[in-house]
Amino acid sequence: MSEYLVLIYENEASWANADGATAGKMMAEHETFGQTNAAKLRGGNALHPTSSATSLRRDASGKLLITDGAFAETKEALGGYYVIEAADLDEAIAIAGQVPATFGGVEVRPIRVFD
Amino acid sequence: MLAATIRVAGDIDVAEECVQDAFSKALVTWPKIGVPVKPGAWLTTVARRRAIDILRRQSTHDRLLTEVVRHDDETEAIVGSDSLIADDRLRLIFTCCHPSLSIETQVALTLRLLCGLTTGEVARAFLVSESTMAARLTRAKKKIKTSNIPYRVPTQADLPERIEAVLAAVHLVFTTGHTAPSGADLMRRDLVERALELARMLRVLLPDDAGVAGLLALIVLTDARHKTRTGADGTLLLLSEQDRDQWDAKAISEGAELVRESLRQSPAGRFALMAAVAAVHAEAPSWQETDWNQILALYDLLLVSWPSPVVALNRAVALGIARGPDAGLAALAQLAPESQLSDYNYLASARADFLRQLDRRAEARVAYLEALGQCENEVERAFLERRLAELDQ
Repeated sequence: MSEYLVLIYENEASWANADGATAGKMMAEHETFGQTNAAKLRGGNALHPTSSATSLRRDASGKLLITDGAFAETKEALGGYYVIEAADLDEAIAIAGQVPATFGGVEVRPIRVFD
Repeated sequence: MLAATIRVAGDIDVAEECVQDAFSKALVTWPKIGVPVKPGAWLTTVARRRAIDILRRQSTHDRLLTEVVRHDDETEAIVGSDSLIADDRLRLIFTCCHPSLSIETQVALTLRLLCGLTTGEVARAFLVSESTMAARLTRAKKKIKTSNIPYRVPTQADLPERIEAVLAAVHLVFTTGHTAPSGADLMRRDLVERALELARMLRVLLPDDAGVAGLLALIVLTDARHKTRTGADGTLLLLSEQDRDQWDAKAISEGAELVRESLRQSPAGRFALMAAVAAVHAEAPSWQETDWNQILALYDLLLVSWPSPVVALNRAVALGIARGPDAGLAALAQLAPESQLSDYNYLASARADFLRQLDRRAEARVAYLEALGQCENEVERAFLERRLAELDQ
């Protein structure tokens, strides 16, 4: 058994412009996903949009630089995540493939275990 | 042998070390005890025992060990059996061709782990340095391990798609060898032979799969012509110029039978259809007697299940030959905006040839120059340059 992080990347403008009915449908789809895969879920959350993000870096002198927005400007932004448990990558893909991501897609990343 | 050891070791790198150790042990032991009746089985047993030893020393693998020892007890009796080794080769090729790996990585892993090419030989296949390829293979094996790509034959539900992926990888090895993208030779026989080897292996392991039959047919039929593709002086010979008596009749017969078998599946798979085109050419006694209408019909079918610009290009060429250069040019014109073809010299060279046939020399010249700008294979370049020179005569 391994744990994987499923990162949801979606176009934020599409989300912002979605009407109530579309947004409601998507929330329902996430609920269904959660119920169907309850045994495999270890966590998950929706995130506020990148406009609410704060990024931190250190400059050459070691000073902390605080900037407004996401760390990297990407066409699709990180909108949420799930932590899942799966026997192997094939199973992880089968679960991650069910995650609703109408305005983008998902990334599946193995979680590192240090022993 | 590697495949069988991977199953026990659960790790490709460890398995490779165990295989090396087994060979070293053989070099020391066999001069004393004599070569065993079944040397393969001896080596496999030694490699697998070494893998189990290594696992025993890894405390985190105690859980896995019980599984492995149980498997080992069961299979000890049949360690030399062909079916066990066959199963492992199948598992290995599906793992190497996992869709989460890029196609280039799939091909590199397959050449290294199934064909047993050295890292240097795989590097040459990709025209990169050995250190670059070594790094690529290391990253790939790391991904298999950290993402936990399972070492098994996919489930029934996933099998059709996964077999397609394996066939695509083997096909890529073949096409790269059949017409080398660059370099002094038209063909790279070493890659063609590896592809043939893999296709034959798949045919043995998956005897009922139509796609596998189709791919083997395609390779066998296309390669039947390899002796005649260049003249004695190394110049490119077109299909219309090749001496068909020099084509491998036995291969053609084998290929034709495989095509018939592969076409029984409906709808016909893309390798079956490509093989069928190759069969029409292979069975035509001459260029003039080739059934171009049938080839056109096959490309029409192929486009339905595989709407790729390259297929569309091939179809346009067939159309031009069946219906005349004007029809061909019209079909090619529709492909001009395809970004996937922007660097594909066969689009410009096909256009050049139709223009040449219509004696539209100035336009043909431009097209040949465009093709030369995109072509890196020296044998093909020499051909294009000859055509260009002929325009001025």
